[in-house]
Amino acid sequence: MFDATVTSGAEFKDAALLRPIEETSRNFYYVVAGLSLVVLIAAVMFVRQVWFGLGVTGMNQPVTWGFYIVNFVFFIGISHAGTLISAILRLSKAEWRRPITRMAEVITAIVLAIGGLHPIIDLGRPDRVLNVFTSGRLQSPLLWDVVSISAYFTASTVYLYVPLIPDIAILRDRGTKPEWLYAFLSWGWQGTPHQHKVLERAINILMVMVIPIAISVHTVISYIFSMTLQPGWHSTIFGPYFVVGAIFSGIAALLIVMIVFRRLFHFEAYLKEIHFAYLGNLLLVMSLLWFYFTFSEYLTGFFGHEPFEMKVFWYKFTGPYAPYFWVMVSCNFLIPLSLLTFKKRNIIPKVLTASIAVVIGMWLERLIIVVPTLANTHLPSPVGIYIPSLVEWSLFLGGVAAFALGFAFFSKFFPLISIWEIQEGRERSVADVTERLQQYLPTESGGNVEVLSV
Amino acid sequence: MSRWGMVIDLDKCTGCGACITACKEENNVPYVSPDEAAQGRALSWMTIVTEIVGEYPNVRAKYIPRLCMHCDDPPCTKVCPVRATYVSDEGIVAQIYPRCIGCRYCMAACPYTVKVFNWYEPEWTEGMERVHNPDVSLRPRGVVEKCTFCHHRLQKAREKVRMEGREFVDGEYNTACAEVCPTKSIVFGDLADQNSQVSHLARSTRAFRLLDDLGTEPKVYYLTEGEKHV
Repeated sequence: MFDATVTSGAEFKDAALLRPIEETSRNFYYVVAGLSLVVLIAAVMFVRQVWFGLGVTGMNQPVTWGFYIVNFVFFIGISHAGTLISAILRLSKAEWRRPITRMAEVITAIVLAIGGLHPIIDLGRPDRVLNVFTSGRLQSPLLWDVVSISAYFTASTVYLYVPLIPDIAILRDRGTKPEWLYAFLSWGWQGTPHQHKVLERAINILMVMVIPIAISVHTVISYIFSMTLQPGWHSTIFGPYFVVGAIFSGIAALLIVMIVFRRLFHFEAYLKEIHFAYLGNLLLVMSLLWFYFTFSEYLTGFFGHEPFEMKVFWYKFTGPYAPYFWVMVSCNFLIPLSLLTFKKRNIIPKVLTASIAVVIGMWLERLIIVVPTLANTHLPSPVGIYIPSLVEWSLFLGGVAAFALGFAFFSKFFPLISIWEIQEGRERSVADVTERLQQYLPTESGGNVEVLSV
Repeated sequence: MSRWGMVIDLDKCTGCGACITACKEENNVPYVSPDEAAQGRALSWMTIVTEIVGEYPNVRAKYIPRLCMHCDDPPCTKVCPVRATYVSDEGIVAQIYPRCIGCRYCMAACPYTVKVFNWYEPEWTEGMERVHNPDVSLRPRGVVEKCTFCHHRLQKAREKVRMEGREFVDGEYNTACAEVCPTKSIVFGDLADQNSQVSHLARSTRAFRLLDDLGTEPKVYYLTEGEKHV
């Protein structure tokens, strides 16, 4: 059993992880003020929209959905970074997960809260949103979304909180202010063997539970589109296509966050090149998978040559959305492929560039899925051009700023890298992994006989 | 049980637009500024889709009046999260304005793009409120609306029939667009009544429905243009 009671003094090796909580620089306040301003502007813009109606956006007939739905799909996609990656890494006992999981989980919780608000922002009557509960129709894909997103939000916040308890106890024991907060949130954690056992079991149950919920979320979001008869949307592969895209953009967002905080909070000793190499490989695999899905999706449409499908197809390939489409292909496929295949040298700049490209590319993908289908109606339609208004842009920026702000606040109250898991790794992992490795290796004395006897 | 439907004879339609105006007047459909209309925010339950066929000098315009198809299997009602749109017993696809949350999912799902949205609070020119049709409720901003087959006229006609203690007669319940059409190209009535004019026309060999292959089972039929155009 490792000893988690060492929380201060020379023996406490992870003081670097607590520094952001205990010391706050002046720049931090400037950043928070700047971000708050952006969020405030977005809030004012939203109030204005509620006051005057959705006419203040650039949406119209037939393009009845715009930035809000695009950003909804995009933000919820990013949220898959988190919990899903962390759960999969924990489940597969990947030892290198230890400094990563916390940040991944924080991304999920914050982005999910922001993304989940988007459908409400998009409503013509946000005052009637509770009708979804009083007269909801479970047959509607929108209700499936309400159900799965609230399940995911609950599960992922609990999944963020539970592994945070021992770290909160460390902060409590160090007397970090506000003391009442840490005393309350640490739930009487003393690090006894029994408590550790309960904690581990809770984490195990949660991580198994969270994976199907996370997959359901983006599957159901894709169903909003694919359940209609509209060309470009009515596709059977949309469920897995969206899930792959979500994990893809999620990993990219996670890498950006990791690189930013590694730089800001000097986590170089914890987030090493190998972490970026492994996650970079994962990003590369997802990029290939994304290309595979995109290729299948468009080739099927093209080969069938159904007239309405082709209208949407050419709109994307050579029409008004061609610039976005081809930038998306380069951002999601060509750039990550060329940067991540050979990343022996300059790994961090390469991974960062690829990740930024992927986040932009995945946002474009959401735009390319939502708007062209709506703009190309079955029957000839007079207009079909969508130009987002200032309101929509400011709410988009507001969402991004709220994400950064949420992260900034979290980093001032809780450690961004799980301290107890790092300690556990330092004290136990080498022995654990050696023991596990022994089990993989062929048995010395005539392995074949052993196997047969089992 | 009645099954209300419509037949539009494209041979007779001149594309004059009287149906559009009559519909707007009858149903208190708000008008918008030209700028808004150019942006694609015009509110119209009835529109005329114009298709230009052929190349100069052998060009002609083809007019297709388009309204809600009142599908038997509508893609819009299936996706509504709050049952603010549904198919009535007599096949009319209805909207419940006080319940609609304005998510516009039905608009995105409708392959005929006939649903419109109140982007702003409707504004009426001074004096207009005195000429509103008292039988049709005004819609607030932020909700979806569309053709109701002048449902309020059905309610009126039915009351009258009950008062007079007799059977419903074909043509007693008629929509504003059909009533006003100068070439009588729009015929409305009960498709379930074998003897009604509309069901005769709907069985014509010229009858077709828009996007029939989607399986939405529309109750608005069109009669193809005859040989004089070939």
